[in-house]
Amino acid sequence: MTAYQRATVHGWLLLLPAMSCLALFTHWPAVASIIDSFYSTPRPRRPSRFIGLDNYEAMIADPIFWRALVNNFWFAVGTIPLSIGLAILMAIWVNDRIKGQSLVRMAYFTPTILPMIAVANIWLFFFTPQYGLIEQVVQLFGGNATNWLGSGDTALFAVIVVAVWKEAGFFMIFYLAALQGISPSLGEAAAIEGASRWYYFRRVLFPLLMPTTLFVLINAMINAFRMVDHIVVMTKGGPDNATILLLYYIYQVGFSFWDTAYAATLTCVLLALLAIIAFVQYGWLERRIHYR
Amino acid sequence: MTKRGETSRREVLAGGMALAGMAAAGPAMAQAQAQEVSFFYPVAVGGPITKLIDTYAADFEKENPNIKVRPIYAGSYQETIVKALTAHKSGTPPVTSVLLSTDMFTLIDEDAIIPFDEFIRTDADREWLKSFFPAFMENSQTGGKTWGIPFQRSTVVLYWNKEMFREAGLDPEKAPQNWAEQVEFAQKLTKRDASGAVTQWGIQIPSSGFPYWLFQGLSTQAGSILANSAGDRTDFSNPAVLEALQYWIDLAQKHKVHPTGIVEWGTTPRDFFERKVAMMWTTTGNLTNVRSNAKFPFGVAMLPAGKRRGSPTGGGNFYISKKATRAQQEAAFRFIRWITTPERAAQWGIDTGYVAVSPAAYETAAMKAYAKDFPAALVARDQLPHAVAEFSTHENQRVTKALNDGLQAALLGTKPPAQALAEAQAEAERILRPYR
Repeated sequence: MTAYQRATVHGWLLLLPAMSCLALFTHWPAVASIIDSFYSTPRPRRPSRFIGLDNYEAMIADPIFWRALVNNFWFAVGTIPLSIGLAILMAIWVNDRIKGQSLVRMAYFTPTILPMIAVANIWLFFFTPQYGLIEQVVQLFGGNATNWLGSGDTALFAVIVVAVWKEAGFFMIFYLAALQGISPSLGEAAAIEGASRWYYFRRVLFPLLMPTTLFVLINAMINAFRMVDHIVVMTKGGPDNATILLLYYIYQVGFSFWDTAYAATLTCVLLALLAIIAFVQYGWLERRIHYR
Repeated sequence: MTKRGETSRREVLAGGMALAGMAAAGPAMAQAQAQEVSFFYPVAVGGPITKLIDTYAADFEKENPNIKVRPIYAGSYQETIVKALTAHKSGTPPVTSVLLSTDMFTLIDEDAIIPFDEFIRTDADREWLKSFFPAFMENSQTGGKTWGIPFQRSTVVLYWNKEMFREAGLDPEKAPQNWAEQVEFAQKLTKRDASGAVTQWGIQIPSSGFPYWLFQGLSTQAGSILANSAGDRTDFSNPAVLEALQYWIDLAQKHKVHPTGIVEWGTTPRDFFERKVAMMWTTTGNLTNVRSNAKFPFGVAMLPAGKRRGSPTGGGNFYISKKATRAQQEAAFRFIRWITTPERAAQWGIDTGYVAVSPAAYETAAMKAYAKDFPAALVARDQLPHAVAEFSTHENQRVTKALNDGLQAALLGTKPPAQALAEAQAEAERILRPYR
């Protein structure tokens, strides 16, 4: 065995533990879902059999699936830009030397460490009509009473707000770390040249933060399809499917209806969506980003 | 060094194999000694439930030294059935579990449970099986067999704020007796400020999450039964069902005594405590909660009558796993018989707020003393003769979702009620046809 071969074997052996875990808990379930989606759901008296694309045909004819997909689209559109924008804003704010800096940082980060189920229960009361926190503020300014979670028009908006509130602080940490790595001499040079703060942010800071933005964007995209805990507590997908998201629907089909084959079919759609997003981000977006 | 390492490893291996051998021999030995009964249970109400269950298990073991009951808290009802069915599919289910009574058909279809009839041998057993309230057995029996034993059961009742009744010039001791009175009272109890905004609602019937359950109160009162006892037919397009839904919608849209849109189940008791609503429909399971949190005198009453009185039952039953060994099943059966005796059923009801499952439990000294102090605890029992089975069919949660979506769409005004119910009926037909 040459030294090169030995190094190769060594390398693979070192990779093996992590790779087998990854294969067992990530790759195999994904492949199994794809296989299952071509079979019928096994029942004690009717064993599973190959049914080709039947599950997919049923899915295309399923109005709740389309509702979940559209809701998920708006959920992503609502949460991603807003939470990233807020995160940058908060990061710049707490990066400056202000009084009570660490207190503010901690306050911004708190939503991230709280368990989502507990948080959703608190928000449930914030959104309560008549005496909920939000309703009290609205009434203070003479606004009309709104049943935030109980109306089809506002329920999705309400769960988006909770998601943004939960996520922004988490993303802020990444931006804060990136900002601390940017040399202050850049800011000083810009100030000497007479650049405005907005100009400095747009032409210097933001481009330098792009690698962080890519990372945060990927996380935000994944989270847009992954965050359903608060749906369980706050709306259960209702009223009349107004807040049903793809992952929550998969859970319902899989563990409430016990239709595992159809749940696998829906999972394949989720997998495909996430794969497309990942390819676009890594293949296309990354090439346009400036790394120092 | 290497050699010692080899030896010790071999020793460890040998030790491991011996252990494995013992584990394999375990069940055989246990049969001669003690039966272990694993028992999954959910917690759905407040209070020290896990402690109570542990105490019951310990007491039972003291009386039955050859049986070991191992209670396992498994989360909410939904989490518990997910865990129990997943364990069933992987081959090692809990011997017995407490799951929703409405999951009976699902559990039968998954071939996960066995009927209790196989364990009923003596006259005493037969007496015991007949000792439960018939309303609770409706959700526990199908096809002439008993699949579940009532344990933590509930029903829907009306709570009212006596102070508000007095302010509105109503008799504070008298709850509405029928649909017309309910509207009339609610109109008197609804208050508006100068700008016309409502500051106090007359009535709230929650409609989030599982609107079908509260709706079943209305639909029963209108004189309809939503599903047959075989669980393969629904009756959503019955005119009486439409009448019930229209009454619910009218409370908000026509009479304007009920909030519009969907009323959240979880915050409704809080609305009641905050004096934002004068009457609410909710579960008897909230009795203890209301008793400790309402800062005003309140009353508990049967739901008002339409063509008749009516309310669904709810809550959990004991089931026995099909995949457990015969000896384990027998042991579980003994435990279930033990825990549902009148004295224990009464104590369980007092400690948790659940409805005690047998009439005999209400004749015990402990329950009589409790009821004397807190007569509201008897309302649920008095309503049971009018109660019907909670809505349950094959593929229960899927059919229920069709009904829930239809009800919410009608309450939101996005679909006319007749269309919403017809669509729910069509979807239920599609799902249930293969089961006939």
